[in-house]
Amino acid sequence: MNSKAIIVEKLTKTFNGFTAVDGISFEVEKGEIFGFLGANGAGKTTAMKMLCGLSMPTSGSAMVAGFDVYKENESIKKNIGYMSQKFSLYEDLTIKENIRFYAGIYGIGPELITSKTGLLLEQLNLEKEANLLVKQLPLGWKQKLAFSVAIFHDPQIVFLDEPTGGVDPITRRDFWNMIYDAAARGITVFVTTHYMDEAEYCDRVSIMVDGQIDALDTPGKLKRSFQAGSMDEVFLQIARKAKRSE
Amino acid sequence: MKQFYHFIIKEFYHIFRDRKTLLILLGMPMAQIVIFGFALSNEVKNAHITIVNQSNGAASMKLVQKIESSKYFETYNQTTQTSDIEKMFRKGTIKVALVIPPDFDNTILAQNNSRLQIISDATDPNVATTLTAYLSIIVADFQKELNQPNRIPYTIDVETRMMYNPQLKGAYNFVPGVMAMVLLLVCTLMTSLTVVREKELGNMEILLASPVNPLIIILAKAVPYLLLSIINISTILLLSYFVLDVPINGSLVLLFAVSILFILVSLALGLLISSVTDSQKAAMFISLIAMFLPTVMFSGFIFPIENMPLPLRTISNIIPAKWYFIIVKSVMIKGLGLTLIWKEVLILTGMMLFFFTMAIKKFKIRLS
Repeated sequence: MNSKAIIVEKLTKTFNGFTAVDGISFEVEKGEIFGFLGANGAGKTTAMKMLCGLSMPTSGSAMVAGFDVYKENESIKKNIGYMSQKFSLYEDLTIKENIRFYAGIYGIGPELITSKTGLLLEQLNLEKEANLLVKQLPLGWKQKLAFSVAIFHDPQIVFLDEPTGGVDPITRRDFWNMIYDAAARGITVFVTTHYMDEAEYCDRVSIMVDGQIDALDTPGKLKRSFQAGSMDEVFLQIARKAKRSE
Repeated sequence: MKQFYHFIIKEFYHIFRDRKTLLILLGMPMAQIVIFGFALSNEVKNAHITIVNQSNGAASMKLVQKIESSKYFETYNQTTQTSDIEKMFRKGTIKVALVIPPDFDNTILAQNNSRLQIISDATDPNVATTLTAYLSIIVADFQKELNQPNRIPYTIDVETRMMYNPQLKGAYNFVPGVMAMVLLLVCTLMTSLTVVREKELGNMEILLASPVNPLIIILAKAVPYLLLSIINISTILLLSYFVLDVPINGSLVLLFAVSILFILVSLALGLLISSVTDSQKAAMFISLIAMFLPTVMFSGFIFPIENMPLPLRTISNIIPAKWYFIIVKSVMIKGLGLTLIWKEVLILTGMMLFFFTMAIKKFKIRLS
């Protein structure tokens, strides 16, 4: 096994003549927090779907967690976690039932589910709420819970598609602490976001414009080379070149 | 298999947590049986009739009594003026009138020949025909009684037998119809809604990014509705047997087996709808307009298919409920066995396989 969690080379996806993702190449180290930025319509979601095995690439190659996206789709799915921008827990199930369900579909045994659930509820301080329906929880808690569920089966990589949309700054801070904890446990984090302060928290950041990756480096180096004071300025300088929009 | 189990548990939580919907699903068959059984009916009873008896002899009095004692008619506004009849029709107080002319009693005795006039309000042609027929039968019966002692030569006695449903009860026809409607509504509509709901909430993406086989996701959706539908069939059969006195002449096992086949067809349709739509509104619209309406119109349950023009009769062949309706009537009312309904069963099986294959194909296409 090599030290790369994701290796992407000239990955391309076209829909009826429209090139959504245009030959992108990058690598993500194991345990890295990789920020995947870009304006709406830049092709982020399409790229992410190909890496998660939800969509077949048109051309190029990609290895995720050591597996080929063309042939080893199923193995990839077993080794990744995924949390989408849309809320992903079932509102009419309790916290416990949600955990049990998602753990169950990843094939975790009942004893392990019970012990891990106890530990998780303790960490999240939700022991008393374990039997409450998810819809009774505030949004911030739901998001934290959804993240915990996404990494419950200890995946090698977790894909987060705008996980903090609509959440208050304090909860976002908490959420990022959870991301750091996960990375410290060796889980690679692949995250898209529209909040540029969050981009600062990433180890490395790529910025997509019109289906291509225009910049890829640590936030510090990017700021220096664009002579910008913040990631926000870097992003604006790059994203303004975009010709297509939603 | 473990994954499948977890999915089914989850689907049951969804159904049981939504109490109102569950109540509607389980209560609907009962409500429909009660409504069709006691409120809606094609039979004409207690129709208002005016008998204009201008004769008032012994024979005419006897005829009037005969009509009055029939459950189909209720005499209303007695009069001796034929001119009053039209006023009553206009006011809508009567449906039919019988005129007994002044010479009725005399002629019937003297000349063995007499006349009567039936006038009916044909704004509703079905009711008018039915009432006229009822009256004619009563008159014919009356005539027979008069002839009793000295029978006229060369009479033809027509003996009519209403096979399978001697009392001509409407329930024999609508119970199979209600079964088809309820099963279609629960299976097709609810299944399509529950799958599309996952898409709307964004949960479907998460599930597809997990190692679960997509087939498990959609099959697990169908299982709870299969069980719910079996409960519904039992409710309908129990109510129709004990409350409406509809017999179950054929094999109960066969009846359940073909019902489960029809449930599977409906579930497959629901899954197909859900894999071509992305919103609950669209799923609801397709289920109701494209499935439910044709079922009501073309299954033969309300409008006889034999009376339809060829293009519509052809369309009716692709409506699964039509075949199910034929099967249920054959098994339940006529008591037929599998050897006589295998053709219909084969058609439904073919439809089920077709819809399931289509649903799975469409579902997979959307993934790539």
